[in-house]
Amino acid sequence: MDFWESDRLAAHRDAARAWADANVRPEWVEEQQDGGCHQTMALHELLARDGILAAGWPPEYGGSDVDPGFARAVFEEIARRDLHVDGWSTTYMVMHTITHVGTEAQKRRYIPAALRGELLVALGYSEPDSGSDVAAAKTTAVRDGDAWVLNGQKMFTSTAQVCSHVFVLARTNPEAPKHRGLSMFLVPTDAAGYERRPIRTLGGQVTNATFYTGVRVPGSALVGEADAGWSVMRVALTYERGVGGPGTIEKPAMAANLAAWAREARRPDGTSVLDDPLVAERIGRIAVDKEVTRLLGHWVEWDAAKGGVPGIQGTMRKLFFTEAAQRHYSDALDILGAAGILAPGAPGAPAGGKFEYDFRAAVVSTIYGGASEILRDVIAERHLGLPRNRPRR
Amino acid sequence: MDLDLTDEQEAVRAALREFFQKESPPAVVRDAEPLGFDAALWRKVVELGLASMAVPEDRGGGGAGLVELAVAAEVLGRSLAPVPLIEAAVANNLLASLPGDAVPEPLVSAAVTGELLATPALRPVEGDAARLVPAGAVADLVVALQDDRLVLVRTAGEPVPAVPNLGAMPVADRRVDPAEAIVLATGPAALALHRRAVHHWQLLTGAALVGLASAALDLGRDYALERRAFGVPVAGFQTVQHRMADNATAIEGARLLAYEAAWAHDVDLAKAGTLATMSFLFAGETAFTTASDALHVHGGYGYTLEYDIQLYFRRAKAWPLVAGDRRAAYAELPRRLYDETAATA
Repeated sequence: MDFWESDRLAAHRDAARAWADANVRPEWVEEQQDGGCHQTMALHELLARDGILAAGWPPEYGGSDVDPGFARAVFEEIARRDLHVDGWSTTYMVMHTITHVGTEAQKRRYIPAALRGELLVALGYSEPDSGSDVAAAKTTAVRDGDAWVLNGQKMFTSTAQVCSHVFVLARTNPEAPKHRGLSMFLVPTDAAGYERRPIRTLGGQVTNATFYTGVRVPGSALVGEADAGWSVMRVALTYERGVGGPGTIEKPAMAANLAAWAREARRPDGTSVLDDPLVAERIGRIAVDKEVTRLLGHWVEWDAAKGGVPGIQGTMRKLFFTEAAQRHYSDALDILGAAGILAPGAPGAPAGGKFEYDFRAAVVSTIYGGASEILRDVIAERHLGLPRNRPRR
Repeated sequence: MDLDLTDEQEAVRAALREFFQKESPPAVVRDAEPLGFDAALWRKVVELGLASMAVPEDRGGGGAGLVELAVAAEVLGRSLAPVPLIEAAVANNLLASLPGDAVPEPLVSAAVTGELLATPALRPVEGDAARLVPAGAVADLVVALQDDRLVLVRTAGEPVPAVPNLGAMPVADRRVDPAEAIVLATGPAALALHRRAVHHWQLLTGAALVGLASAALDLGRDYALERRAFGVPVAGFQTVQHRMADNATAIEGARLLAYEAAWAHDVDLAKAGTLATMSFLFAGETAFTTASDALHVHGGYGYTLEYDIQLYFRRAKAWPLVAGDRRAAYAELPRRLYDETAATA
């Protein structure tokens, strides 16, 4: 038994920091915050240029010889600079899904393009009337000769502003039971009949509703077998819930940042805010939760490294991490006191309003990628062997 | 990174789990109350060499590490075994780590062989007494910090009366008479030795609480699967399931943290002591929440003494509380973690 994992990346950290210093522009953070799109294409092109996107992928699909540890350290460094790469996270999940269920032709067509930064995929699962109950999707795809014709609407198609494709869950067999009549399609965003409308959110992020009106795609756009979309989704979901993709990188420095602020901040009597046990206790709790989150992440990776298909570990990690994060940001604002309400740009906002911004953004973390209630159901059923409580169809 | 126990450690875990299941079923735990000590079971534990498992071989121990001790503590916690294995192991590790001339060799070997039972006082001596010493009611030797001296006191004459308590633990106040105490160390060395012993106790108690939590979850789940209400098993209700899912998640996190803390001590990491405290705090909360939820799911029966869940509930609160209010320990963490100058050993 050893827990040395963090040191493996340490070897890459200086190089990753140097890469970020040379390439990452601070104004991108403001662009993301003001524009609301959590994907910066100028950054993406640089990640592609230097083979960072392609790190760890097989050479026959365009993989580079860049060390995956370095790539991961770069993504950590990007996250540390408060930049999101959400469009790449979803693309990464979809490309991994294609390696599991795609045809050889699809692997050769899509993966190298994605690793070159030319293909970017948003997720089209949720709909106006279905979110956690994702298999209730009403969007349809009907076969027409060798092609498919899609009709319907998707919600929360995040980063579709800059994506070349949407990974669309559609009903291909209305007669079959709910989970057995679904299929997955890679739909180009320049297809005729595709339309996008922005949706503004509490976290400042601008996501999208996307509309599909008679969108025609070739047979090669079908990923996995027809009507087997649910099992394809499940592969994709395991990557969403934490198998070491870029989207699973979290910012461990939050407790340290809060402690740093509190150490310098003064009460009216001149004492350090960190010496107030009411403050120190809450920061201590955050630090413990952060350590547990880090270890649950290692647990997911350890299981994946042993060849297991990540399941309950990723579910537990996502549940713990997101529930904890909401408590943490709420506590952080309380600790900052009245100044906790100050938004980015407000004069005197602690840490530039970062905590206020993150507090609003954290709200969605227990909703996307499987709401906490769904994750608890999954743990109850698969880990504890308790009876299923949701209706089957 | 390797998050699995070795084959050898797995074998030890399986053997000890079987041992405690057989030797410490709930009936044994109940019979040992209110003192919380089963002398016959303790003899068996001593014969297995568990209390000196992590003492170096050249001092008569097993030469194992804290990871192995944590494995033993976790299975002990599962069965609530009424034996002061954690206390004895911590005290033995400390005594055996001292230079040969610091303490009379016969005393060390008597502790290591289990002839005498040694225990640490977790908090410094107040006045002339160490208060609520774990295993203090059954220990022959107590290691205590008195001002800046680490001292060893030996029980003389009358047995020390136990104090009735929530967890049915053999805790007792122990008098520390400077005239009769053997001074083991003084100054910063004494403080460091005591701090290290407290960290060992915290991480092993944390591991025991992980075992306790996991057994409490099993009790709650098994009852909920059996008990029916409104014509269906209680285990089918989402509110019941979701509490258990949260408990199960916290238990996995607590286990990882407990073993990380044990490993950090074995490889002598600078932050090992802080990790021990963190694992102790998280395991304590996890154990109490889990046992409390598992009791609740028993309905009215959970409140009766007849069902075993109350045994777990009481100890989940009492075991960690011996070390003091957890919120005060949380409040010390930011300085311990983030102040460059803070002592982290």
